Amino acid sequence: MAVKKISKAQPEKFEFSKKNKETADSIIKNYPSGKQQSAVMALLYLAQKQNDNWIPLSAMKYIAKYLDMPYIKVYEVATFYSMYNLTPVGKYFFQVCTTTPCMLRGAYNLVDVCKRKISEEENRLSEDGKTSWLEVECLGACVNAPMLQLNENYYEDLDPKKLEQIIDKISNDEVPQPGSYRGRLSSEPENTRKTLIGNKNA
Amino acid sequence: MLEDKDRIFQNLYNDFGADLTSAKQRGDWKDTKEICGKGREWIINEIKASELRGRGGAGFPTGLKWSFAPKEVGSRPHYLVINADESEPGTCKDRDILRFEPHKLIEGCLIASYAVNAHKCYIYIRGEYFNEGQKLQTAIDEAYKDGLLGKNSAGTDWELDIYIHYGAGAYICGEETALLESIEGKKGQPRLKPPFPALIGLYGCPTIINNVETISVVPTILRRGGKWFSSLGRPKNTGSKIYCISGNVNNPCNVEEEMGIPLKELIEKHAGGVIGGWDNLKAVIPGGSSMPLLPKETCETIKMDFDACVENKTGLGTAGIVVINKDQDIIKCMARIARFYKHESCGQCTPCREGSGWMWRMLERMAKGEATRDEVDMLLDVTKQIEGHTICAFGEGSSWPVQGLIRNFKDEIIERNKFDPIVKKQKDIPYLVDQHLLEKENA
Repeated sequence: MAVKKISKAQPEKFEFSKKNKETADSIIKNYPSGKQQSAVMALLYLAQKQNDNWIPLSAMKYIAKYLDMPYIKVYEVATFYSMYNLTPVGKYFFQVCTTTPCMLRGAYNLVDVCKRKISEEENRLSEDGKTSWLEVECLGACVNAPMLQLNENYYEDLDPKKLEQIIDKISNDEVPQPGSYRGRLSSEPENTRKTLIGNKNA
Repeated sequence: MLEDKDRIFQNLYNDFGADLTSAKQRGDWKDTKEICGKGREWIINEIKASELRGRGGAGFPTGLKWSFAPKEVGSRPHYLVINADESEPGTCKDRDILRFEPHKLIEGCLIASYAVNAHKCYIYIRGEYFNEGQKLQTAIDEAYKDGLLGKNSAGTDWELDIYIHYGAGAYICGEETALLESIEGKKGQPRLKPPFPALIGLYGCPTIINNVETISVVPTILRRGGKWFSSLGRPKNTGSKIYCISGNVNNPCNVEEEMGIPLKELIEKHAGGVIGGWDNLKAVIPGGSSMPLLPKETCETIKMDFDACVENKTGLGTAGIVVINKDQDIIKCMARIARFYKHESCGQCTPCREGSGWMWRMLERMAKGEATRDEVDMLLDVTKQIEGHTICAFGEGSSWPVQGLIRNFKDEIIERNKFDPIVKKQKDIPYLVDQHLLEKENA
């Protein structure tokens, strides 16, 4: 199980913005009446996005009231799932996959680049305060290994040099193009495609 | 090799685009109304005749699963839940279906919902697949606009609503009952079975849960007939399957192939061969990280289907093939997998919560050569005590890869860990509790 630490500095109040309130209400409607608790995961995610990529305790209390459920149940969910950040992370949050399929293709070289160019330790902000990084478990893009997730986007088929370029761009507040960095669009075999050839030329 | 015309996922490599117009050109949504018009019995029997087995890992016959749903809707509504929480290391097939063939999935949802009497369908997508989920949502919106979903979906007189539910990074939510807990807004901890979800599932109502790939092949099977599907592969292991080949190969790729294709052909032909040549092959994990690995000798001959894999003491699982060559340290690779399971254990059952950490720490020591000789047997003993003593199959999933390692590479582990605490010369082992007994003064 993953260890989750709660930030010591906590804002006192949290409230959904008007737009997020509308989104939240439409999400609640996806579930049968009386089962509004189902929306807790989506609402926590909304809160995380609204609050610079992390969830304060006040947001959990707010959501508990919003969904008419005990605060401890929201707390349970927020601490169970690994995608909820309970401490501040960078505006640009690098999550490097290092599980075996990525490791085989050199994911730890990417980790070294992150250590050198962002911060020595995981989950610590870089000097300019904009970025942080974390080693995560399988992100489900094993064929395009090694890869990482930057906020919501996947950056695939990387090598240390290309990651350095990505980090340099990020520090100038440019968001680089997501996807494969070896020029393929999907998970097709490069150069040696033997199937669906007719479609390729279509 | 499967002929191109027999491949179900024509847009696996996104040659055409995933929108509704091009999906219709590829034959999706063509005669959905006629298919549903033939009735529930016919659909379920045709799926049974096709011998389709679930593509999510366990390989349970899909037609049989659907027939478990109550025939008549009682006081409780029925639900269809699609498992798109693809997190098994080595597997990335559902991602390509979600982003490139979403209409196959949506059409499959409609047919399956009709067959099991469900008016609501939830698709559970792992939170990291945010962009893929957005693409699926676009496709769902297109389908609503075109009258393919909603009241009188695609002219079938059947009402269906599809909702996406995002996960938030928990591997265990791929287990079907944990997935239901997660949709209900709780921690994703598996439920005890029975009762099975087909009778008591989501919100206590009858629920059928299928993998993305299983549902996506259903429309094509019904259009071309169960017989066509069962003519591919061999009995009980029929049809085609998307294989994901990753790791130390020249061209890692996803490819749809016939069931029972030789592993060597997949690696050599589609993935461009092992890096450093076939002789440089060390081992292959055939079905996602929770399946025991295969040594090189077995890889020469094994055919990739459910039963052939079981005969070779492993499993097809999700068909996520991870190739490991001789440049890698096999013990380290397995230690990393053990760390994955330690991280992802939900913490509900003690053997798994504690045992997965034990296995990881022991393997880390073994990779460094710091373990003692008899710890290898102890490790095997630990795996046996986890396996079968947990609520869900995660216990097996975490212990099988370690068992596979010990079965095939025990010599290598012992070679590296020659430590023998009984020999007095090597008595300075910090974790040995009985250290004082070995020291002369205390003897």
